[in-house]
Amino acid sequence: MNENWLKKIDWLILPLIGAMVCIGLWHAVAGKKTYVLKTPASGLEEMHAGLVQALPNGEEVWKKVKPLVAEGKTEQVKSFANGTKIWEAVEPFVEEKRVGLIAALPNVGEAWQSSKPYIAEPFAKRGELDQGILRFTWLSLILVAKGYTLALLIGTPIGFFLGLSKSFTKMTDPIIQVLRPVSPLAWLPLGMVLFLGAGKNASELAALFTIAICAMWPTVLNTAVGVRAIPQDYLNVAKVLKLSRWKTLTKVMIPATLPYMFTGFRLSLGIAWLVIVAAEMLTGRPGVGGFLWQEYNALIYEHIILCILTIGIVGFALDRLMSVVERRFKTA
Amino acid sequence: MSNYVELSKLNKTYPSPKGPQVIVKDFDLNIQKGEFVTLIGHSGCGKSTVLSMLAGLNEITDGGIILAGRELSGAGPDRGVVFQSPSLLPWMTAFENVMLGVEQVFYTASKEERREIVEYYLTVVGLGDAMHKKPAELSQGMRQRVGIARAFALKPKMLLLDEPFGMLDSLTRYELQQVLIELWRKNKITALMVTHDVDEALFLSDRIVCMTDGPEAEVGDILHVNFPRPRERKAVMEHPDYYKLREHLIEFLEVHAHRKDSMTPVNSKPYPPVSAKTKEAELIPV
Ligand SMILES: Nc1ncnc2c1ncn2[C@@H]1O[C@H](COP(=O)(O)OP(=O)(O)OP(=O)(O)O)[C@@H](O)[C@H]1O
Ligand SMILES: [Mg+2]
Repeated sequence: MNENWLKKIDWLILPLIGAMVCIGLWHAVAGKKTYVLKTPASGLEEMHAGLVQALPNGEEVWKKVKPLVAEGKTEQVKSFANGTKIWEAVEPFVEEKRVGLIAALPNVGEAWQSSKPYIAEPFAKRGELDQGILRFTWLSLILVAKGYTLALLIGTPIGFFLGLSKSFTKMTDPIIQVLRPVSPLAWLPLGMVLFLGAGKNASELAALFTIAICAMWPTVLNTAVGVRAIPQDYLNVAKVLKLSRWKTLTKVMIPATLPYMFTGFRLSLGIAWLVIVAAEMLTGRPGVGGFLWQEYNALIYEHIILCILTIGIVGFALDRLMSVVERRFKTA
Repeated sequence: MSNYVELSKLNKTYPSPKGPQVIVKDFDLNIQKGEFVTLIGHSGCGKSTVLSMLAGLNEITDGGIILAGRELSGAGPDRGVVFQSPSLLPWMTAFENVMLGVEQVFYTASKEERREIVEYYLTVVGLGDAMHKKPAELSQGMRQRVGIARAFALKPKMLLLDEPFGMLDSLTRYELQQVLIELWRKNKITALMVTHDVDEALFLSDRIVCMTDGPEAEVGDILHVNFPRPRERKAVMEHPDYYKLREHLIEFLEVHAHRKDSMTPVNSKPYPPVSAKTKEAELIPV
């Protein structure tokens, strides 16, 4: 009974545990702000005296503050000090410092605090490179949509020709095998060169070029496999009925290939989304990737994490969406 | 009577690792208009090869085929084909599958007329209620009914069937044989069918053509089946000639197909009694 109930919601519990472990690990290695007593430690006693002079009840205060500082209870130090209006008195003796295994890495709380305005007002536009996170996502998605459409428009027919013609396959296969592993980071500069003449639009065109050329391969290859896998029976039907070339293509070959094509489309979309970040980084275009790179340069590391999570979630959502579409065509 | 279909000196050579292999050699067969002929022979002897050459789906290595006075080249809707697997397009409903062919053949007819043709044939094969279902929602037998409807709806000059009922259970097979023979009788279509099933051949055909074993398969024996039509299964099976013909066929498949030199002419001498049961077991297609 009990176990059954647990099993029923383990789809929820287990992923949650996984996420918690992940966040825990992050938090364990992340740095955090703390106040430490100013070194050298030997000077402390003298300073203590100064503190007493500054405030009548200074000795009492210091007694309470010192252990807090020593234990690294930053927030308490601050609130206690504020509460008793003696922060100015305490401040000279403590300094802010980041500690932790990876001190520069923001911890969960910091990442959340700093990202909150971007999430709370997801569509705000405060400046070209300071916009709500969904607004950035939207900009990235538009660029991806354009590049991805281009990839499909080019990739699908190439895949069809590859599937139909052995000679065309033999002719182009080496080229495809060589071009396929080239990283988007390598394509982008070439894109910039190609569209040098386009002036203001150069960076967008270069990004589109990069997305299209990197993302089209799964579509090309899967479509080709799908065309080769069309059952001879279906082609025989087309032959017996003497369907025209156009009808054979639209009524028999394309529907028979669709499930494969959609597998290709899904994989291509994944790649397009991977490429967009690199493209935005290098071109400095506003978008999730551009924002990430800019915040890295501005030393606001909290936003890097926000961007990574956003990219991951959007990528996941796109993949889900495509697999729903894909499954629809599989059963057809 | 002139021949409606003439297969003359038909040859098929397939390339094989050991060089070209002659599968069908000098296959001669004439079929009269409106005749129902079955082709029977051991598995792999080349029955499907002959049929697919006739359908235009397989290139003829040598020889020629004449249908209704014209030499055949390539496939076309003047020959309705029923394949062993129903070969329906799974993204189309039964109706659309049949319509695909009807549109090709009756392109001058109005939309309404075409719809009527499709509906008529689907109803005749017993799919009046299921014509807008996709193949995945139909049973194997129902799919083959669609296949039959599709072939007949083209009003072809000739019907070619390659073991159309091979994948069905015997009850469904009987039903579909009935459907087929009634449609054939009404439409007076010349038909050539490949089968493994001796009883099916006897029930349906006017003539049974036995092929010798391949390679280099040819016509081994031709059996005339003169049961009166329209036929009824029970009457056919009780006909005095039924077991004689049946045993002759089995005898041929058992013995003579393997030794074509020692062929005995049809009905020239009584055959030694054979136990039908054991022979039949060996005839089950592999
Ligand atoms: N495309 C091909 N390439 C090479 N050999 C082939 C090809 N198609 C058929 N064959 C060979 O030709 C022979 C006859 O094949 P076919 O399919 O015509 O036999 P069949 O009489 O229809 O057999 P079955 O009763 O099992 O359907 C077989 O030995 C087969 O291996
Ligand atoms: Mg066969």
